[in-house]
Amino acid sequence: MTAINPKKPVPYSVSGSLRKKLWNSKTLILMCVPAIIYFIAFSYAPLPGIYVAFVNYNYRKGIFGSPFVGLKNFDFVAKSGKLWMLTKNTILFNLVFLLLDNALAVIVAILMKEIQSKSFRKVSQTMMFLPYFISQVLVGLLVFSLLNSDTGFLNVILKGLGAEPLRLYKTGEPWPFIITLVHLWQKTGYNSVVYFAAIMGIDAAVIEASMIDGANGWQKIRYIILPSLRPTIVILLLFALGGIVKGDFGLFWNLVGRNPTLYQKVDIIEMFVYRATVSDFNFSTASAVGLYQSLIGFILVLSVNTIVKKIEPDYSLF
Amino acid sequence: MAKHRDDDMLDSVSKVKLTASDYVIRGIGYVFISLFAIACILPFLIILGTSFETEDNIITYGVTLFPRSFTTAAYELVIKGGTIWSSYLLTIILTLIGTGIGLFICAMTGYALQRRDFPFRNAISFFIYFTSLFQAGLAPYYLLMTQTYHLNNSYLAVLLPLMISSWLIILMKNFAKSVPHELTESGKIDGAGDFKIFMSIVLPMLKPGLATVGLFLALGYWNEWYQSSLFLQNMDVLPLQYRLYKIVNEAQSLKNSVAAQYVTVSNLPTESLKMATAMMTTGPIIFLYPFVQRYFIGGITVGAVKG
Repeated sequence: MTAINPKKPVPYSVSGSLRKKLWNSKTLILMCVPAIIYFIAFSYAPLPGIYVAFVNYNYRKGIFGSPFVGLKNFDFVAKSGKLWMLTKNTILFNLVFLLLDNALAVIVAILMKEIQSKSFRKVSQTMMFLPYFISQVLVGLLVFSLLNSDTGFLNVILKGLGAEPLRLYKTGEPWPFIITLVHLWQKTGYNSVVYFAAIMGIDAAVIEASMIDGANGWQKIRYIILPSLRPTIVILLLFALGGIVKGDFGLFWNLVGRNPTLYQKVDIIEMFVYRATVSDFNFSTASAVGLYQSLIGFILVLSVNTIVKKIEPDYSLF
Repeated sequence: MAKHRDDDMLDSVSKVKLTASDYVIRGIGYVFISLFAIACILPFLIILGTSFETEDNIITYGVTLFPRSFTTAAYELVIKGGTIWSSYLLTIILTLIGTGIGLFICAMTGYALQRRDFPFRNAISFFIYFTSLFQAGLAPYYLLMTQTYHLNNSYLAVLLPLMISSWLIILMKNFAKSVPHELTESGKIDGAGDFKIFMSIVLPMLKPGLATVGLFLALGYWNEWYQSSLFLQNMDVLPLQYRLYKIVNEAQSLKNSVAAQYVTVSNLPTESLKMATAMMTTGPIIFLYPFVQRYFIGGITVGAVKG
């Protein structure tokens, strides 16, 4: 349409004085205003409240009227060993998650590609996607129905085989494994989509040529599919590293959050902060731990982005 | 088997000879994917089966895929209790209003931020993006919502925080990039203002983006329990998933969820009630998601890697 229009297009208003820029783009600015107000109200407005981490919070005096105590709140959680335990758990879980998540997602995507029947592929993909669509509350109930020692599915089977029932809700030991399994169960359908799209993007002629050259199935995966997935894998792993101090709170909370015998072994930063805020109303400690988490997360994302910018500038976040 | 014939036909088309290992991998593929796919839906089938089982049988024999004696008693109790419909209505209203407004704001902002002739797009993009880099944390947020905004026990505490996210705006921005810039240009030449161009030219072209972002928003509202657990603890009518959360975790909520006149507390079918409530709160998603999942897949591939 524009090509046959003889009139010259209106020039971009990127030059000129600030006032002129503002005036020329007033409509576009107004279109962004609701979102800007939103982020001010719900993301920027809480920032000054971080100060609560440095006071001994008193409900009647409010955040800024409460006595300043410096780093005492940080000291308290650090000295008790709690902070180290939470950090260790959070990072270990996330490391395991990011390695297994991506490994399993790649395997599923590769095997999915091998499946020739379209309807089989469609149906199985739909089935694998179901866990992504349900609430974490239901995930908690599903796991309880599978594992509880009185009526749980696992113990129904064990009983049928004449074995002793497993009392999984009585001890914390097995929960790191259970949580990891449930996490994989829930996220793999979703995670494999990115890899499947990347595999489908590989030029079919390249794969065919390798087969004419006599590559067998394993060689095809090893020398063609995996190398072409490498950039995607590296980028996703790096970004996952950036989020390594953020936990999958909803999952943890709905599986073990309300049961102290279970969460002792698997407590993560977010669960501690949630309990301190909602059950104990200990806002100062909660905020100290939360700020510690935010700062580490912030530094990590910045570092990861710097690395990504070096190896794959197109994918850097900013 | 039919599946194998399918394979042979496809192979003969590509005219490349498959080695033995290709068939091994393919076999592993069918077996592994089948097992994993079944594992993904099995827990739901167990909940579904058990929701139709009598309470006595659940206590004696445990949960089951195939109920020994089929009964709809648990569903009848949930429905007779009546309060589930208020929860349904509340959840539907929150989902519709939140998704509608959130979608409009995301689309408007996403479109403006990808306009190459908008001099403030980088500044505003960073202002929005920064919120996902550094957060105040739960405690300051909780204090702000309850002490300053006084949103404790207000449905706005659920409606507002889920409405927009920097990720959804970036996703929408990426979708808007695929609308040809020439359309905006020609609108300008015709003398239309930026908002008019957005409403009458860009919005109709943005349907895939609107569907994807809208569905992410709607799913977020439907499955919401977190904000509710922070701010709606003392409300009578609860969003569906938070209702389920309370029923699963608190015995008292379970009793409150059914009308007292229909059943005495001592013979309340606790287990089957949980299962029936779970099925009723999640039912619409299970029926709908197979038809809309392609939009989510589109969203993941558009928005996952590239920010």
